[in-house]
Amino acid sequence: MIKRLLVGLLCVLTALPASAAFDIAQLMGDLARHKGGRAKFVEKKYLAILDKPVVSTGEMTYTAPDRLEKRTLTPKVETLLLDKDILSIERDKQKLSINLANQPEALAFVDSIRGTLSGNRAALEKNYALHLAGNADKWVLTLLPSDQKIASMVQRITVTGNKNQVRIIEYLQADGDRSVLNIDPVDPGNGQ
Amino acid sequence: MTRPAGRALALWLLAMLAGAIVVWNSRFSADMSFFLPAKPSAEQQVLVDQLKEGVVSRLLMVAIAGGDAASRATASRALRARLEKLPEFVSIQNGETGSMNAERDFLFAHRYLLSPAVTPERFTVDGLRQAVADSIDLLASPAGMMLKPLLPRDPTGELVELVGGLNAGAQPNARDGVWASRDGERAMLLIQTAALGSDTDGQERAIGLVHSQFAATAANDKLSLQLSGPGLFAVKSRATIKSEVSLLSTLSTVAIVAVLFFVYRSLRLMTLGLLPVVSGALAGVVAVSLAYDSVFGITVGFGSALIGEAVDYSIYYFVQSGRLGVEHWRARFWPTIRLGVLTSACGFGALLFSGFPGLAQLGLYSLSGVVVAALVTRYILPPLAGANLDMRDLSHIGPRLKRGIAVLQSLRWPILLLALAAAAMLVVNRNHLWHPNLSALSTVSAADGAADQTLRADISAPDARYMAVITAPDRESALQAAERAGQKLDVLITEGVIGGYDSPARFLPSAAMQASRRASLPPTAELQARLQTALADSPLAAGKLGGFLDDVETTRRQGQLSRESLHGTALALAVDSLLLQRPNGWSVLLPLRPPVGHGEAGVDIAIEPVRAALAGSGALFVDMKNEFDTLYNDYLHEATLLSLAGFVAIVGLLAVTLRSPRRLGRLLLPLLLSVVLVIAGLHLAGQQLHLLHLIGMLLIVAVGSNYALFFDDASQAARGFEDFDDATLVSMAVANLTTAIGFGTLALSKVPVLHAVGVTVGPGAILALLLSACFVGRKGGA
Repeated sequence: MIKRLLVGLLCVLTALPASAAFDIAQLMGDLARHKGGRAKFVEKKYLAILDKPVVSTGEMTYTAPDRLEKRTLTPKVETLLLDKDILSIERDKQKLSINLANQPEALAFVDSIRGTLSGNRAALEKNYALHLAGNADKWVLTLLPSDQKIASMVQRITVTGNKNQVRIIEYLQADGDRSVLNIDPVDPGNGQ
Repeated sequence: MTRPAGRALALWLLAMLAGAIVVWNSRFSADMSFFLPAKPSAEQQVLVDQLKEGVVSRLLMVAIAGGDAASRATASRALRARLEKLPEFVSIQNGETGSMNAERDFLFAHRYLLSPAVTPERFTVDGLRQAVADSIDLLASPAGMMLKPLLPRDPTGELVELVGGLNAGAQPNARDGVWASRDGERAMLLIQTAALGSDTDGQERAIGLVHSQFAATAANDKLSLQLSGPGLFAVKSRATIKSEVSLLSTLSTVAIVAVLFFVYRSLRLMTLGLLPVVSGALAGVVAVSLAYDSVFGITVGFGSALIGEAVDYSIYYFVQSGRLGVEHWRARFWPTIRLGVLTSACGFGALLFSGFPGLAQLGLYSLSGVVVAALVTRYILPPLAGANLDMRDLSHIGPRLKRGIAVLQSLRWPILLLALAAAAMLVVNRNHLWHPNLSALSTVSAADGAADQTLRADISAPDARYMAVITAPDRESALQAAERAGQKLDVLITEGVIGGYDSPARFLPSAAMQASRRASLPPTAELQARLQTALADSPLAAGKLGGFLDDVETTRRQGQLSRESLHGTALALAVDSLLLQRPNGWSVLLPLRPPVGHGEAGVDIAIEPVRAALAGSGALFVDMKNEFDTLYNDYLHEATLLSLAGFVAIVGLLAVTLRSPRRLGRLLLPLLLSVVLVIAGLHLAGQQLHLLHLIGMLLIVAVGSNYALFFDDASQAARGFEDFDDATLVSMAVANLTTAIGFGTLALSKVPVLHAVGVTVGPGAILALLLSACFVGRKGGA
């Protein structure tokens, strides 16, 4: 029911003429209207020490505004759940819970994804300088850490998407290693 | 002064002097050994050891409140820095990062001797391939972030294996880089003292240091410090007992002296009257001191009751012999008093057989006190007092008392009905009368207990409820046994029965285990060749793993790890607290963690599967909470038996002496009614009964029988209570008053052990007198 309403809303939105210039406020507005969904992901990590990238695949479920579940299926089953500020990782029967409120650096890292998914500009700008390129159909949002502590871990985060759907998140780490997360939405209602 | 008087006095003085010397050399203690079993079972011994010297008994939890998060964090760091330098503390944790560097370095440096995954198979071509592939898989996970910089030196992921076994359970909250309470409003520290939990002086010093060092750091007077832990409870409880011992004794002495002075109106008689009391109190301490290695403060606190009881004999003597003379008193009244002393002795004596050391001490103390007071009254007091007592005639009070008794006797049926109703109520509520566990006897106030609970939850402090315990003749065999038990526990982890466990062998493997792990490591050339083959298709090139080859070779040539190798790391502390040298060998503690529950709270460990898994391994599984409950139930069960035995002894003694079932019945009826009425009254007043109330019931019979005996004696001498000897009545009233004062003072105590005896025996003694008067019979008839 709600889903159908959302899909309807989505159609109305995309049908609107892209008259105004595409800016961060508009993108954030679009993203904020995205109420969540399921997606497949493929994550490739390019590490200097390895000759080939490490590839992991699985499913992600996002429920706006602050619940994100990432279930890795290969190479090893692992569940990562972010619920508000609690991050839990389950792997090999081991379960680990971290309260992100205690870990400002990790929180900033997590906020880069969460802030983008939920279109929370204030949360993003707390730790990053934002640059937007492209148009509503294909946009690229670049996040550059403004805090020294975060910059010592990650140089740049690049988020690519179309409309209100995030497609690729790329992390460039301070040591030059990078990871690319490809997101492919699964929306049975939409026939995708 | 006559010659016999002089001799008596000299003898008494000598005895007192000897007693004073013994007391001077006695050791007094106010620690929890009062409550700990005298003859513990193996499981209880673990409990006792843990309470006395276990790590948990040495933990102090500290909270810094007030101000803002930043100033609290600063204060927490400053406090840690200061305390860390003091020898009184072995570890101060506040969640500061960097504080675990030494430990991580140690684990990394010795990973090939410490990792349980190091076996010959691990270093075969297949083993290496698998281990490296697992490590690379881990890199895909955020959990692998830590591993990435270490990968060239630790491609098989031994550090991950090592750290995986450590407590991954609840970590405290953090704010501004240091631990914080759940709501974030307090900075938290976890401190381990060098002093043992049983060393109350040491704990007091450590707590004082925490406070003074905090005061010295706190530039910000908005901050306040809160502290709790077993050490604080011990210190507070000792302070309470200390202050109460003197306060209660003083109160009861002053009140009794006032009564005596009012009755005698003579300083000389009053002083003489206190002679048996002082002798008894001293004898009590001497007896306990000689029989046990230390005298408990609570035992001495019981002195206030002893004073009230022991003073009775001199009251009888002065009031009764004033008119009749010493010889007549001895012939006429001493046998009754003697029988009373014996019944009291039966009551107190029953406690001697208790396995609850506190109770046995109380019994010995009171028994020797009462007997000595009676003997001094009988043999020392008469020659000292002389023939001419100058005792005021109190007979005029007699008729008034008799009028009161007449009124009481008209109330026999209502009283019987009331007692019947009380008994019925007790039967109906029999399942709600008793306090279920040992905490009933604890001196810890409800407020302190609640504060402790909050701190404990805020800092996720370990409660060490479950433990597997191993004993072995030497360190090496102890560690080997720990490793064998560990393998069984690993199975339980996979099955989800337990969440994890700690073991000293994790940081200090047995020499045999270290040798076998070292033997698993191939020489460099061989390892290099295997690595080439194993990693042919791997994204990780063998050529990048020079550091790995070097580290393995270093370990191959390195000596054994010993306890000394751990020096300077918190791991030394962890090993020392889990691997203990005992007079007769070594013991290993393996604390078990419950599996992670679905909710906020953890779940209990299922006892039977753990017992079954450890069966035959020589490890004893102990559930501390269960042991505590069992211990209390054992005490309660034993106290019930002892009370019954004491009661039977009293009844037997009376039956043999009185040789009349009718007289015996008349004598016991008021005593039993008193017990029923007092217990019902306590229940209605909302008191939950515990062990000491039970003992109190026995003491009502033991002490109350003294009055009943006088009435019985009088009923044999006179035709009706109208003809009773007035002086005897008056002496009983006064003696009863002093006894009630003595025990009643205990009711004021905050120490549950003393309080319970006070509220039971105080009113019970008065009721015993009143009801004995009420149901007194006549010679040869009802």
